[in-house]
Amino acid sequence: MTRYILKRIVGMIVVIFLVLTIAFVIVRLAPGDPAALMLGPDATPEDTAALRTRLGLDQPILVQYLTFVGNAVRGDLGSSIFFNQPVVEVLAGRVEPTAFLSLFSLLISLVIATPIGIYAAYRRGSWLDQGAITAAMLAASIPSFWTGLMLQRYLATDLGWFPASGYGGPDADFFDRMGYLILPSIVLGIVNSALILRFTRASMLDILGEDYIRTARSKGMGEARVVLRHALKNAAIPIITVVGLTFALLVSGAVVTERVFNIPGMGNLVVGAVLRRDYPIIQGTLIVVATLYVVINLATDLLYLVVDKRVKY
Amino acid sequence: MVASVSSDEPKFLELLFSRRAILVALIVFVAIVALCALAPLIAPADPDKMSVRARLTPPGGDFLLGADAFGRDVASRLLYAGRVSLTIGLGVAAVSSLAGIVIGMTAGFFRRLDAPMSRLIDAMMAFPDILLAIALVAILGGSMVNVIIALSIVYTPRIARIVRASTLVIRELPYVEAARALGSSTWTIMTTHVLRNILSPIIVQATFIFAYAMLAEAGLSFLGVGVDPSTPTWGTMINEGRQYIDQAAFLILFPGLAISVSVLALQLIGDGLRDALDPRLAKDL
Repeated sequence: MTRYILKRIVGMIVVIFLVLTIAFVIVRLAPGDPAALMLGPDATPEDTAALRTRLGLDQPILVQYLTFVGNAVRGDLGSSIFFNQPVVEVLAGRVEPTAFLSLFSLLISLVIATPIGIYAAYRRGSWLDQGAITAAMLAASIPSFWTGLMLQRYLATDLGWFPASGYGGPDADFFDRMGYLILPSIVLGIVNSALILRFTRASMLDILGEDYIRTARSKGMGEARVVLRHALKNAAIPIITVVGLTFALLVSGAVVTERVFNIPGMGNLVVGAVLRRDYPIIQGTLIVVATLYVVINLATDLLYLVVDKRVKY
Repeated sequence: MVASVSSDEPKFLELLFSRRAILVALIVFVAIVALCALAPLIAPADPDKMSVRARLTPPGGDFLLGADAFGRDVASRLLYAGRVSLTIGLGVAAVSSLAGIVIGMTAGFFRRLDAPMSRLIDAMMAFPDILLAIALVAILGGSMVNVIIALSIVYTPRIARIVRASTLVIRELPYVEAARALGSSTWTIMTTHVLRNILSPIIVQATFIFAYAMLAEAGLSFLGVGVDPSTPTWGTMINEGRQYIDQAAFLILFPGLAISVSVLALQLIGDGLRDALDPRLAKDL
């Protein structure tokens, strides 16, 4: 097992290295001089030359690449042109809302999707099952920002049940700030629940057809116990996998949802960076998010070992 | 959910339409495509014609779906915007399928290239789609072609991964070995024997990518980092309408419905195709 874990960690490092390489290449795809693009048409040639030197763009490409990877490994993702601050510091200041928005919406989607998915599988073919599948497909078809705008208009502006937008002022304490995340989390939670519901239902269906479930039933075991103890326990692995995979979906959703509700998180930061052509911020966000994704997916794979003792590597 | 079929080799169409929802979805989607394609003939007004007096007119009367903040006819704009949104969706599905086939078959067929290419696919898939698309559009610049390129880069790994897995299975089958023994070239084997047998999962996946790309395009346009804001797409219409949401919620209601109905129809068609093209894949997802 140690060998398996080591092998996976080495694989993860290779993928992270490739993530860095892709992030490096993306900025070099820019048509023309990235420094000139970042400064816009009003920049003087001197300013552009200074920025080229600062970003190391005047070095040979291989030197640029090695410096970039070397710095990134040491946690240095460059400096933001707009904030004139290290990218890591700028990102750190924006992590809180995005992290809690993702966490709350994940919890909401689990609370919605897992029981419905289990019940839909158990009552396969019933109106509730059909309804659940249709609802999941609908949730996956409606743009999250559209749901966000509509709920913001009716539940926040009209009914005043939730704060409409923002993240509290500078004096807002932690609980005030979290209050601003409730409605955005519900929006993102609904979108995310579609995938989890479909997976939960599918994996429960697979397991409910297994011999040992029939055996448990034939021994006179109560239905609730059969479903919750035997089936759910074995359906947990695919469910954990999909929870790991929804991380990417949550971050994508958070980018758009933060924009709808004007939350100063990483999503809003990166959209602002695009409009300001602040490439180091865009590059840094890509690296941090993709690395987190790779680490979370390894963690969920390793979690199998804890959840299911039969899984041997 | 899988159809009950009378013969051992059910006809493709019979299987595809065995669920009425798939037939309805196909009719709805074809209708949307036809309406948008015929926009110059059927649009009630010039989509860019402004009229100060008609500002924010609610639906009904002269303006079937109302008028926007510049007094432009929402119904006409919706039809023209649909052309852009659908073209982007189709373009992304086509480009990412082609690129995915080339990359996936190369990785699956040539063992030495498999490990590095698979790791590269893994790394590409670690980036959340909207975030990677935003970064690519930011670098390439916002135009319809660049949005198609950016989203194709985002979705190619999904096709490539499926193609690689299918190629790995098919290259070991007896008929491929027989073709090789008979002296067929690698190119012939790849195009005639392998590609023909992996088309089903590619078509299914391409349908889903069509849907995802339309959603992603709408997201990019909403964020203001998609196509040029002067080009109407369903996403830019929502973005423009959001300022007037309190007075004229219909401005975001209709483009939102257009995206949702198209995407839902495409997803249903994708589900139906999966069941019909490869009943073995027809898991109850």
